Amino acid sequence: MPKVTIDGHTIEVAEGTTILNAARQIGGDLVPPAMCYYSKLDVSGGKCRTCLVEVTKGSEKDPRPMPKLVASCSTPVMDGMEVGNKSSAKVMDARKGVVEFLLINHPLDCPICDQAGECDLQNLSYEHGASGSRYEEDKRTFEKIDIGPNIQLHMTRCILCYRCVNTVDQITDSRVHGVLNRGDHSEIGTYIHNSIENDFSGNVIDVCPVGALTDKTFRFKSRVWFLNPMNAHCKCDKCSGEAVVWMFGDEIYRVTGRKDQYGEVKDFICNTCRFDSKDLAKWTIEGPRHIERGSIIGQGHYELKPEDNIKEIG
Amino acid sequence: MGRKILLEKINVENIHTYDVYRKEGGYEAVEKALKKMTPDEVVEEVKKSGLRGRGGAGFPAGMKWSFIAKPEGVPRYLLCNADESEPGTFKDRYLMEKNPHLLIEGMILSSYALGCNTSYIYIRGEFMWILRILEKAIAEAYTNGWLGKNIKGSGYNLDLYVTPGAGAYICGEETALIESLEGKRGNPRMKPPFPAIKGLWQCPSVVNNVETLASVVSIVNNGGDEYAKIGIGRSTGTKLISACGNISKPGVYEIELGLSVEEFLYSDEYCGGIKDGKRLKACVPGGSSVPILPHYLVTKTSAGEQRLMSYESLADGGFATGSMLGSGGFIVFDEDQCIVRNTWNFTRFYHHESCGQCSPCREGTGWMEKVLHRIENGHGHKHDIDLLWDVQRKIEGNTICPLGDAAAWPVAAAIRHFREEFEWHINEPVKCLEKNYGLVKEPVLAI
Ligand SMILES: Cc1cc2nc3c(=O)[nH]c(=O)nc-3n(C[C@H](O)[C@H](O)[C@H](O)COP(=O)(O)O)c2cc1C
Ligand code: SF4
Ligand code: FES
Repeated sequence: MPKVTIDGHTIEVAEGTTILNAARQIGGDLVPPAMCYYSKLDVSGGKCRTCLVEVTKGSEKDPRPMPKLVASCSTPVMDGMEVGNKSSAKVMDARKGVVEFLLINHPLDCPICDQAGECDLQNLSYEHGASGSRYEEDKRTFEKIDIGPNIQLHMTRCILCYRCVNTVDQITDSRVHGVLNRGDHSEIGTYIHNSIENDFSGNVIDVCPVGALTDKTFRFKSRVWFLNPMNAHCKCDKCSGEAVVWMFGDEIYRVTGRKDQYGEVKDFICNTCRFDSKDLAKWTIEGPRHIERGSIIGQGHYELKPEDNIKEIG
Repeated sequence: MGRKILLEKINVENIHTYDVYRKEGGYEAVEKALKKMTPDEVVEEVKKSGLRGRGGAGFPAGMKWSFIAKPEGVPRYLLCNADESEPGTFKDRYLMEKNPHLLIEGMILSSYALGCNTSYIYIRGEFMWILRILEKAIAEAYTNGWLGKNIKGSGYNLDLYVTPGAGAYICGEETALIESLEGKRGNPRMKPPFPAIKGLWQCPSVVNNVETLASVVSIVNNGGDEYAKIGIGRSTGTKLISACGNISKPGVYEIELGLSVEEFLYSDEYCGGIKDGKRLKACVPGGSSVPILPHYLVTKTSAGEQRLMSYESLADGGFATGSMLGSGGFIVFDEDQCIVRNTWNFTRFYHHESCGQCSPCREGTGWMEKVLHRIENGHGHKHDIDLLWDVQRKIEGNTICPLGDAAAWPVAAAIRHFREEFEWHINEPVKCLEKNYGLVKEPVLAI
């Protein structure tokens, strides 16, 4: 099994593991950010270039460093490889550049965007972005498009990570959702304005790292940090039925998959659970969802652990 | 007179027809290879010849061929890259239009060497008439038994197809070409795996330029050693150069590698000097993707040595004072040309042609174009030059395919060698607009 050292931490991983996944096995803040890679998809990654790392030693056999920064999400580790992420000034510089590129045509409309608070691009910019913009020109804009009755595409916000494209490729047999045009005119589309006829199409919303694909049953209902995410399950014959319900008082405002710390869902949930199950009676609530400290969603969110042993009053 | 290999017969009347081509010694190389040589021997000859890829990167062809994986029971493919879309490069189209059988013969030989039974010519979509010429020539080759089953009783089978692209420069990148051939959107693939392991339909494939494949004919006919005698050092053989810009005689020339740039540029046999007796200002020696050279670095290297038309000599001095032979698109600028305008024009091309997969190239090319447009049109700021430099620096090396580099290098080189001209555009917007366009009489306020 190959051994790889990332920012000075060494780990032994299975043959074929990518640098990014090796870093995730170590954990902590040496894990490169990933805006396009999604481990739950068969095909993804390589596109956004936020996960670039420096390979200072190729392997035990061939210790030469790699000439360019490499995408850690799609580069497998070799035995003896040494990788710099946070410790490499080159990487930090390139990543700052990538974030800037991702933002020049992004509308930065976080105040009116439903994704705000749980947006990967927001987090990335917070960590690696600059406080001002050097881009003076007009940004590219698109009209909003409905993809079926429940999903809205706001292409202006899209960073072309291809996650939704790969998701739909995976759940459908034919190509129904893809990229039209090229370069910075590229747009996601279901040629033309079609809905995606599939019970799992709603997952494109969960995989979208920004607010380009949003849930129309939830749009503009509430800021996510005013809601309480609860782990819940229901009996469903299409999917596992294991989801997160986002509640305000007794009301369910929206239903999503269970995302981990890297923003990846545990299972794809079906459209019925996601869009048509806002009735609390349908769900068995398991308890509050764990929210990372420091996440804005944590505000007003109470997590009780059994050892807290709090008794109901009154 | 330099030796001609590829263009030797180009002016023979009706050389595009099978009968004339055959009469002029055509298909003798195939006869020789099929009768007397094993596939490995053909590869060996190509290795000996030192032939390097003519598509831009200059990777040794024989070496590329020897990398192809040969798993049992899996077909292999030879793909000819005829997507020629680089601004300034127009050599392949000339060869295919005039002498299509030379390419076909080269492809039969190369396919035989690689053990491919199906091969494709991926041709730029705008070259529809050349596609028809090629199809006609292929039909003739089938009729005369050079393609199809059991070629000339050798037991070797080969089918050859021509497929047009749909007008995208990026489909010249080898993995984008493969995606496009498969009927998908022409997005370059992540490498590894390289095409030699997993190419067309996940089978081992080799992608070669038109000129590379056409050169194999003479290598098989006369032997690799003979070919290697032409040229200089590791730049063996002859190369097609498409010369354009402000020269007296633009056109496609075949040169022996190692010819001096001075002779190529000024002799009457080739470019015939700068047009209308003007002075040389700059030269892009290898197609729009390579760094521009200012006049004092065109015929001489920074060390004062003579600059030669070869892979090594043109690259002498690295990017600081050198450039690249690239695909042989030789673009010459006279004293009246505006480098900022030209750089903007190139960048506009890359902006338009970026596939849009990876963020640095997708966003960076557009950004550079906008900044250059601003400078060129009298609205530049002093900090724009540094901004451009920083943007190109952050694209280069951080992308999936080399298009990002190709977009960054010309901008970097233009700033490196012509910074004063950029500054002049910013400091004297009115004068610069007057000089370039004669449009502005009233002062415009730079924003
Ligand atoms: C953006 C881009 C465009 C390219 N366009 C062409 C082309 O039009 N023709 C070509 O032969 N090679 C082109 N190439 C180079 C090919 O990727 C590949 O290296 C070449 O076809 C290999 O053939 P060779 O080894 O015979 O040179 C291009 C590369 C890039 C990155
Ligand atoms: S560098 Fe440009 S053309 Fe190449 S894959 Fe990336 S976006 Fe596409
Ligand atoms: S996550 Fe690796 S390139 Fe996007």
